[in-house]
Amino acid sequence: MTEQAPTSEERVAKLQGLGCSRKRVEDARFTQGKGNYVDDIKMPGMVFGDFVRSPYGHARIKSINKDAALALPGVIAVLTAADLKPLNLHYMPTLAGDVQAVLADEKVLFQNQEVAFVVAEDRYIAADAVELVEVEYEELPVINIATKAMDPDAPVLREDIKDKTEGAHGPRKHHNHIFTWEAGDARATAKALDSAEVVASELITYQRVHPCPLETCGCVASMDKINGKLTIWGTFQAPHAVRTVASLITNIAEHNIRIVSPDIGGGFGNKVGVYPGYICAAVASIVTGVPVKWIEDRIENLTATAFARDYHMTGQIAATKDGKITGLKCHVLADHGAFDACADPTQFPAGFFHICTGSYDIPAAHVEVDGVYTNKAPGGVAYRCSFRVTEASYFIERMVDVLARKLDMDPAELRLKNFISKEQFPYTSALGWEYDSGDYQTAMDKAMKAIDYAGLRAEQKANREAFARGETRKLMGIGTAFFTEIVGAGPVKNCDILGLGMFDSCEIRIHPTGSAIARLGTISQGQGHATTFAQILATEIGIPAENITVEEGDTDTAPYGLGTYGSRSTPVAGAATAMAGRKIRAKAQMIAAYLLEVHDDDLEWDVDRFVVKGAPDRFKTMAEIAFASYNKAIPGLEPGLEAVSYYDPPNMTYPFGAYFCVVDVDVDTGVTDVRRFYALDDCGTRINPMVIEGQVHGGLTEALAIAMGQEISYDEIGNVSGGSLMDFFLPTAVETPHWETDFTVTPSPHHPIGAKGVGESPNVGGVSAFSNAVNDAFAHAGLVHTQMPHDHWRVWKVANDLGLNG
Amino acid sequence: MIPGQFEYHRPTSVADAVGLLGKLGGEARVVAGGHSLIPMMKMRMAQPDHLIDLQDVSELKYILEDGDDLVIGAMSTQAEVIASDLLARKCPILAEAALQIADPQIRYVGTLGGNVANGDPGNDMPAIMQALDARYDLAGPNGKRQVSAREFYEGAYFTKLEDGEILTSVRFATPAAGHGWSYMKQKRKIGDYATAAASVMLTLSGDNCTSASVSLTNVASTPLYAEAASKALIGTALDANAVDKAVEEAMAIADPASDGRGPSAYRTKVAGVMVRRAIEAARERAAG
Amino acid sequence: MDKMHVKLTVNGRKVEGLAEPRTLLIHFLREELNLTGPHIGCDTSHCGACTVDMNGMSVKSCTVFVAQANGAEVTTIEGIANADGTLHAVQAAFAEHHGLQCGFCTPGMITRAYRLLQENPTPTEEEIRYGISGNLCRCTGYQNIVKAIQAAATTLNEAKEAAE
Repeated sequence: MTEQAPTSEERVAKLQGLGCSRKRVEDARFTQGKGNYVDDIKMPGMVFGDFVRSPYGHARIKSINKDAALALPGVIAVLTAADLKPLNLHYMPTLAGDVQAVLADEKVLFQNQEVAFVVAEDRYIAADAVELVEVEYEELPVINIATKAMDPDAPVLREDIKDKTEGAHGPRKHHNHIFTWEAGDARATAKALDSAEVVASELITYQRVHPCPLETCGCVASMDKINGKLTIWGTFQAPHAVRTVASLITNIAEHNIRIVSPDIGGGFGNKVGVYPGYICAAVASIVTGVPVKWIEDRIENLTATAFARDYHMTGQIAATKDGKITGLKCHVLADHGAFDACADPTQFPAGFFHICTGSYDIPAAHVEVDGVYTNKAPGGVAYRCSFRVTEASYFIERMVDVLARKLDMDPAELRLKNFISKEQFPYTSALGWEYDSGDYQTAMDKAMKAIDYAGLRAEQKANREAFARGETRKLMGIGTAFFTEIVGAGPVKNCDILGLGMFDSCEIRIHPTGSAIARLGTISQGQGHATTFAQILATEIGIPAENITVEEGDTDTAPYGLGTYGSRSTPVAGAATAMAGRKIRAKAQMIAAYLLEVHDDDLEWDVDRFVVKGAPDRFKTMAEIAFASYNKAIPGLEPGLEAVSYYDPPNMTYPFGAYFCVVDVDVDTGVTDVRRFYALDDCGTRINPMVIEGQVHGGLTEALAIAMGQEISYDEIGNVSGGSLMDFFLPTAVETPHWETDFTVTPSPHHPIGAKGVGESPNVGGVSAFSNAVNDAFAHAGLVHTQMPHDHWRVWKVANDLGLNG
Repeated sequence: MIPGQFEYHRPTSVADAVGLLGKLGGEARVVAGGHSLIPMMKMRMAQPDHLIDLQDVSELKYILEDGDDLVIGAMSTQAEVIASDLLARKCPILAEAALQIADPQIRYVGTLGGNVANGDPGNDMPAIMQALDARYDLAGPNGKRQVSAREFYEGAYFTKLEDGEILTSVRFATPAAGHGWSYMKQKRKIGDYATAAASVMLTLSGDNCTSASVSLTNVASTPLYAEAASKALIGTALDANAVDKAVEEAMAIADPASDGRGPSAYRTKVAGVMVRRAIEAARERAAG
Repeated sequence: MDKMHVKLTVNGRKVEGLAEPRTLLIHFLREELNLTGPHIGCDTSHCGACTVDMNGMSVKSCTVFVAQANGAEVTTIEGIANADGTLHAVQAAFAEHHGLQCGFCTPGMITRAYRLLQENPTPTEEEIRYGISGNLCRCTGYQNIVKAIQAAATTLNEAKEAAE
């Protein structure tokens, strides 16, 4: 009796390919404590580096005395700017066309700026030595708010570039000015505003926060003097870019540099840029010839590495009196801290902020961004934001709510009235982006039905009446957010990081016995690429995902890519993976044709095999084809079965979503309970629903933190607060509510598998939903807009100012 | 992140501990659970030359009834306070407060003694002890003495504990059966110190409030025993006027710092709300 | 500063070493004993990534000097698996229910959950959330961690019932 041949469904299921909730291959090592993070690396002779940091926000360095530190047994070296100058490494180029001090040169510009790098035999001695370095400072006046940066009498911060009237992005109009950037049509927008029936204006601020991944930044730099090769293991979200930059600034030939990103404990954009610690560790290793480890602590991470946001956005929105938006204007004052180390593509110093027309069909729009220096930590773009998309989306979602107040219209209704309709896609916005696909109406209808929006508004009405009668001291708020974001940077013609085009890559090699290895130019920091990219391949080439190893992060072996941030892995490397898989399948088809003695065109692909058309029992599986590629001399074909694809995406992708948040505000204390949160995401084709859901949970939790209390601020003399986990709000499982997730699927027409990416959507949409909910709770009492974060005391103040808590 | 160097000692009795303190002088510190002191040492805000670890001083670990008093050894952990059947029956405010201190890991090792002895204005137990009118037993080179919790705190990190002394236990009169109690703490998140917190202990006879004790946490450089607020409740039916007066009196003595939890005026307002809600909760629990 | 001789039992094995008294237990575990499972995520004893099981209690090993741990019994994530080498129910449940992403909080989280379920074998969702409030996660939003712990509780209770 013969066994039943597996059905097509069974063969698909065996692949564990596209669309299934495949369990993660990474979990085996992480659940057993066998991850390999940078601080786990131990090498013979390895020494440790630690920084002396400035206590002042702005000061001249009068002297640095290393004697006591050098005298401590076990201390090997103390580096200052003076030691790096001969190597021209006391400054390094930033991703935004500026330069950043590696070690403070003559002055310090923000509290905790790096002043000296101590190298010692172990981290305890290094810490002791840091205390012994004596630095004399002369304090200078501090600029702690962007709005003061361009005052006529504002102190000069960047003396190193004070004579530069041309910055990387055009003329500088003040010694603390960095760039002005604009998009859209100023005249058409002015006309729309002037002639509008209704104009609403508002200042919307997005406070400075920080990605705060649980693992801080760090590296182990090891110069092999005998072979002339520098290897750096580190927390790098873009290892190849780091290698190229390292080569350019050290003059070590690129083939003699190896960058390895091992397991990374969360990135969220914090680990894109190059930090002084990496350069100092590398220099120390080059000088001493032994491996040098540098791992920052949490306070260093929060106060000296790439922050996020700090945008002051002044908006005007024009509409007809029945709610059709006719124009949008935005001026942004962008606070970049002491150095513009913003991780943007070169041509976009304000990232993709000009996605700020959002999901709405707005005929005229204009955006102008002024970047300025202040005495704060450098950076700007980070934190699950896809290059300022979080700022842009928050801006438009608040402006739409502000307009809704002015028109006395329901915020959901106003959105529905202004959505870009399905028929308008691909849609070119007034600010120049071509949105690939969208069906906003369907998503919004589904979401509003799922949460019973009408029922919630009725409940809110009853709550407000009960409050007025004195029966309750809680006010209910309903937050609506419908975001469209832009990810997947990006087409080489306009997207590059320091001149490196933002394509990505996948290289696949099939082994004789039918399993495979794939290497990518991206690098997971928890997104599960080893699991999900194998799924893409499994479906493309018919080999079970469990038989495909996916590797990333070692620049010696991985094909060149621009790394993982800005939700670009699925749109770009995912596309490269599919394309490389198709090249494999194309060659496999020729091999199968040879083996079956038919013409290529006589074959069709069926899940995991090529079948002769009309003769279903004549087929060759991928496993058989693989072996044949190593075993047979096939005329016209090279042996082996491998392929590589470098994918230059034709466009970005545009995921979207409908989020609703219900809050109950305790008016007497300002404590806000998030009662319910519903998130509907459309990320196009869904590769692994379990992974997508996890990404949404995590992003919403980060959004909760931002909206409800996270903040890094500086006082008038430059002292930073929010610089440790005592005050920097990271919610525990108790503060984090239950998340309801849902989805629609609107594939991207230009992506090989129709996928758009999802990692950042929840942070983009989440903050708006939370903030709109808090604002909505007080809308009936006259509130138009209150700034984030919505922590207890600020919410209480809103209530107090409105006379609600007697 | 890395503390300074010190020498480590682990005595096995109170006498040894006191002896060591005396011998080693001013730069010696005792460590109980360590979760206040060690974070400060890691920031190098505290740099003792000697650390005297009390973990093996078993005579400091107990929770028992002694006549009309309850007595708790200083090395009892918050977890042990929470798990104590005796305290659950006789003085439940302690578990309510302990459950709002820090997080599970810290409660496993953090001690009651450590929480009340170091004068950190953010700690939760000192005000509870003041509401209970507790007495602290101290042992030093000159022998034993007792200081009332209401008198013990002089300023931030500044208490009546003298050089060479350690706090060995806290004791307080067993609260009357059927008393009302509440520890109401507003915080930014679990584990945070209080934005403001209020402790209320009271007894009712019918509708009449026969005793009341109100204290405040983290709204000044020390815990505050709110005497006037307490008096405003005694002999009343805890009616709106009485409660309003108590709240007003409590707020009048609050002087919180402005910090990440909010401006001083806001935190004072919250203190008032906490007092109000604690009185309400205590009243509901009291078996008149 | 003279080092002291410390002896502890770690993951069932007696170990010893020389360390300065100020050496934090987390550093002793990671660097002397090469147990790099527990991680360092902060400097203020908030994040819990360093959580180990010490003398039957969940403890943040970044806030303990190895001197204090002299004579203690410590279990790290590397010692959580069952005696026969199979994954502990908590470990298996975390993988089954996607209770981790970057993996950095995971050793501390699993080690804490392991003790939590011994304190309370049938926790409600609220009790679980409260019970892991000393462990921060940036990736998962906790929801699947809660699910995993609930699943592990069920597995462990069923096994206990089967054994009885």
